[in-house]
Amino acid sequence: MSGRQGAPTAGASLGTLLARWETVLVVALLGLIVLGTRLSPFFLTPNNFANLAAALMEVAIMALPMTLVIVAGEIDLSVESMAGLASALLGFLWAAGVPLTIAIPVVLLVGALGGLLNGLLVARARLPSLVVTLGTLALFRGMALIVLGPRGVSDFPPAFTELGFGRVPGTAIPWSLVVFAILAIVLGIVLHRTWIGRQIYAVGKNPGAARFSGVRVNRLKGSLFVLSGVVAALAGIILTSRLSSARADAGQGMTLTVATVVLLGGVNIFGGSGTIPGVVLAVFVVAVMQNALRLANVTVEVQSIALGLLLILSVVIPSFAHRAKSAVDRIRRGRPPPADSVPSGEAALS
Amino acid sequence: VAPSVEVRSAVIVSRDRTRGQWLSAIARQRELSLVAVMFVLGGLVSISAPQFLSASNLTQVAVLASIVAIAAVGEALVVITRNVDLSVEATMGLVAYAVARALELHVFDGPGAVLLGLGIGLALGMINGVIVTLLRVPAIVATLGTLSVFRGIDYLIAGSHQVPLAALPPGFTDAARDSILGIPMFVAVTLVAVVIGMVLLRWTRFGRQLYAVGSNPDAAEILGIPSRRVVFVAFSICGLLAGVAGVMWVMEFGTISGTAATGVVLAVVAAVVVGGVNIFGGSGTLAGAAIGALFLGFIANALILVGLSQFWLQAIYGVVILVAVTADAFIVRRLQRATMERRIR
Repeated sequence: MSGRQGAPTAGASLGTLLARWETVLVVALLGLIVLGTRLSPFFLTPNNFANLAAALMEVAIMALPMTLVIVAGEIDLSVESMAGLASALLGFLWAAGVPLTIAIPVVLLVGALGGLLNGLLVARARLPSLVVTLGTLALFRGMALIVLGPRGVSDFPPAFTELGFGRVPGTAIPWSLVVFAILAIVLGIVLHRTWIGRQIYAVGKNPGAARFSGVRVNRLKGSLFVLSGVVAALAGIILTSRLSSARADAGQGMTLTVATVVLLGGVNIFGGSGTIPGVVLAVFVVAVMQNALRLANVTVEVQSIALGLLLILSVVIPSFAHRAKSAVDRIRRGRPPPADSVPSGEAALS
Repeated sequence: VAPSVEVRSAVIVSRDRTRGQWLSAIARQRELSLVAVMFVLGGLVSISAPQFLSASNLTQVAVLASIVAIAAVGEALVVITRNVDLSVEATMGLVAYAVARALELHVFDGPGAVLLGLGIGLALGMINGVIVTLLRVPAIVATLGTLSVFRGIDYLIAGSHQVPLAALPPGFTDAARDSILGIPMFVAVTLVAVVIGMVLLRWTRFGRQLYAVGSNPDAAEILGIPSRRVVFVAFSICGLLAGVAGVMWVMEFGTISGTAATGVVLAVVAAVVVGGVNIFGGSGTLAGAAIGALFLGFIANALILVGLSQFWLQAIYGVVILVAVTADAFIVRRLQRATMERRIR
């Protein structure tokens, strides 16, 4: 996976630029846009662009804190259920006559509490986040079902559904895209320009060393899970608004897409590397790809083949590029490559 | 006269040692403690719902749990090597649809369709194995990807078509209700898989290599264990067993669409974790995983009979997973502390 961080060689600025994963994503994005415009004349219209963005915004919003969580060496599988719980709770409160100005803060608070539960179990009790959040994935979905049952609540006021449906006046930009952009800028600055971000990378690279350098690892990880919970609840609210209906099964299956977007954005699953710009680019690659496939009459379900292949290739291509490059370097320096650097056939399995 | 420091510390150490032994006894007997909890639960539930402990109800629970158990046994093999396979439910779904469709179109007879299902399962498992070992993609990323791909292929070939029960040849779904020597067929298949797996893991070179790779990959490499081949075989067997589970799914439910087995991976991984297999590899048994699946099925059934709405099921699954992993960590940490104190002495 080290190939994804780019392998800068002295004086080869063009090589460095090409080796960056973000560059690959930009090229892929441009390629897909060209493909899309050839498929349909309506592809590049602002309206189509707004539609393709709006459909993916809940996933995109959840992907941002997930990036921080994965960079810190953990994972949060429970986000889709937290979005569902947020939707169910919002519907329940609205149906019970609670005004939205109170219901929305309550839902966000519940998101924070759910994140705190994950955070305490992972950071304080030092349990593996993969299992903990698998547990809360079931737990939060169960709570959503208990709160709302099988019914749906859909008599929300127009001012609320405007959040998911509406556009910024005078433009084609959906409001949810504005939320995503603000969140991306804030978290991008936190991750890449502040001491908090440096601590997140340090924890992800080597938690032990980070602790000995004075990073409060537990508090940091706990806070990231709280952030993830709050933002997942926010995504649940936006989803409720866009569908103008609150349901307990809202967001089901979204974690897969969230994780795919984050990993496609070049974030290392084992922590320690990855960037917010990379993830933002990955969001648009996925959005454009889904839109282009839809214009080519490929159904939404079948698009998951492309998504899965993209995910696997996003790891395979950089790692092969890296290995090929180091093999070339080695030959240039006149040393034979080690036996395992270029695996092939049966030898690679032994 | 106050006892000397040595005497006091010796007392503490010996007390800790007995506690350590006691804890390690529990840790080693995860299967037994799960069975004990099931007995207690069964007793409590049968007070309010006497039909819970009836032979027909328990048989039904065991038969349904067998499908998850078979997949969980394969998953446990992969988890023991410090990997994970999230694609099992997609493999099950794809196999289920392919088998049902092949039978509907009369391409194969019953046994032929079963072999087709197992072959597809094995092939998909080998694909996972190649991606993880040959292409060196981390297992969680690789199988997240193949989960999408396999499920997408399932949708692609199925479309909105649904194979009805009536399209299956007569007698094909009987296996779900047949029994051998008084044991339901599905339960017998699971038992055979667990016994073969246990023998393989305990007494063969491959089995010991599996644990070695999972508990310390670097050390395993230095020892000359072909870790990539071991991991590849684990993924292949996992796919094969997911194929078995897919075939069983057709026999149990009959009517199959492209969405068969959606969401089952949660139950499979939960069964493995509840069954005491360490998610970081290197420890756990296949019997544990199978009993974990039975335990989850048992709870689901008890909930329905007690009259709790099914909506509680998900929440209680979540709590069971959290309790199991917390208990695991607690026991392991106490054990480590006891061992360390013994070493210091």
